[in-house]
Amino acid sequence: MADKNDIILMKGNEAIAHAAIRCGCDGFFGYPITPQSEILETLALEKPWETTGMVVLQAESEVASINMVYGGGATGKRVMTSSSSPGVALMQEGISYMACAEIPGLIVNVQRGGPGLGTIQPSQSDYIQCTRGGGNGDYNVIVLAPASVQEMADFVDLSFTLAFRYRTPVIMLSDGVIGQMMEKVVLPPFKPRRTEEEVRKECPWATVGRKNRKNNILTSLDFDPYNMERHNQDLQRKYKEIMQKEVRFEEEQTEDADYLIVAFGSAARISQKAIELCRKEGIKMGMLRPITLWPFPTERIKELSRKVKGIISIEINAGQMIFDIQNAVEGRVSVKHYGRMGGVVPTPDEIVNALKSNLINELG
Amino acid sequence: MKNEIIIAGFDGQGVLSMGKILAYSALFEGKEVTWMPSYGPEQRGGTANVTVIVSEDRISSPILNEYDTAVILNQPSLDKFEERIKPGGVLIYDSYGISTPPTRKDLTIYRIDAMDAAAEMDNVKAFNMIVLGGLLKVCPIVSLENVLKALRKTLPERHHHLIPLNEEALKRGHEIIYHVE
Repeated sequence: MADKNDIILMKGNEAIAHAAIRCGCDGFFGYPITPQSEILETLALEKPWETTGMVVLQAESEVASINMVYGGGATGKRVMTSSSSPGVALMQEGISYMACAEIPGLIVNVQRGGPGLGTIQPSQSDYIQCTRGGGNGDYNVIVLAPASVQEMADFVDLSFTLAFRYRTPVIMLSDGVIGQMMEKVVLPPFKPRRTEEEVRKECPWATVGRKNRKNNILTSLDFDPYNMERHNQDLQRKYKEIMQKEVRFEEEQTEDADYLIVAFGSAARISQKAIELCRKEGIKMGMLRPITLWPFPTERIKELSRKVKGIISIEINAGQMIFDIQNAVEGRVSVKHYGRMGGVVPTPDEIVNALKSNLINELG
Repeated sequence: MKNEIIIAGFDGQGVLSMGKILAYSALFEGKEVTWMPSYGPEQRGGTANVTVIVSEDRISSPILNEYDTAVILNQPSLDKFEERIKPGGVLIYDSYGISTPPTRKDLTIYRIDAMDAAAEMDNVKAFNMIVLGGLLKVCPIVSLENVLKALRKTLPERHHHLIPLNEEALKRGHEIIYHVE
């Protein structure tokens, strides 16, 4: 087991597995799929059931995995699953049920090209699915978008913290670039799994066996529509609170930027290089990188749209986040999109060319 | 100082592991490093390549369209990457897999007959370490000492007895690489 706190080199997928063991995760339930299989493989190699007692189970399907997460989360345990796009599509029913029953849990999506079974190469085409709640009903889940191997490690504990703070599923939306590449990473320090007493104390809602109290019932079904409407109103209040308190983003050279890139995850990394190339040519390009895709940094983009001449959304998809940017910009400046699809990843020079032809040449 | 490197060849030539050892060596030098493999069905009997970026500063994109240094081990990779090397960049190729040698005049080109040397050493698996030795001769990105440290780190302990052989291969690569006029 990589137990030294020194700097090591590993894949994004491996970093997630190590971080899960270290942050007191109680269980992982998953089914293999490229490009995320190293998460399950690393857990199987590390055998955390022999050390921390964390359960690692290869389920019979993605549908089974998410329902195991539902069950584990219902008992107040820190449990997670991971998959890639087609597998996460299969999980949407379970995620919707978790959102309604207010069950915390972590779902990692290392995206690949779609639609359908698609390809195994990187993509960001599940943005809308994840940020709108991909299943049925009015709900949202918190979506974190790591852009480095370090963030793959750091966001596991953060996801669990948020999941339990708001009793909601949290999705880490990564992709094949961040999952497959190796970078330096400092793994988080070891944190023990919570004891049964701690779970009872921190999760009074959990179904851990009744002891001198009323039954805790966690369900997503109610035959009375008025009850269900009240529950929906509670959920919406919770989502509003999350939107107020949990927006996370990072800015790069926005102080003097004439033009703004908005990009997340691997597209943000590629865009960083595009900014370097633009700045060498004297084009003042800056970037806002949403770290939470939901809640979206609407207010900050609104502010920046008053300072820049134009905005371009760089996404490895057909243009999905652009709608959230347009919503923030409210028509003040032009918002363009550039992206590739189906597992093709744009190169930095492609982005520079897109910036020039789609944005700068048009706006002057 | 940043070196953006592509290593490309056939699956089974040890392209990814060579990149991994280079990346680990750079880590031991205290440098920033990114290792990005091409992954996918093309690796099954097809071509494999890996981008390794070694830098003093933060690394932005792991995906590149042009490279400072290219290590090319077969013809399809040469066809794909020759035009994607920066002017003034370095191209190293193994003659065994190349039927049409590179033609660009604005590069520093080196040839290494690593496949032949591996056959002479009676160890085809030493091939990638011979190539790495050659690369480090002409681009001293990392020290031999740190490469050996990286080998100890990346090889499972049951293979640690092979480290002296790998060291020999690295040194052989140092000796046999030569500049092509």
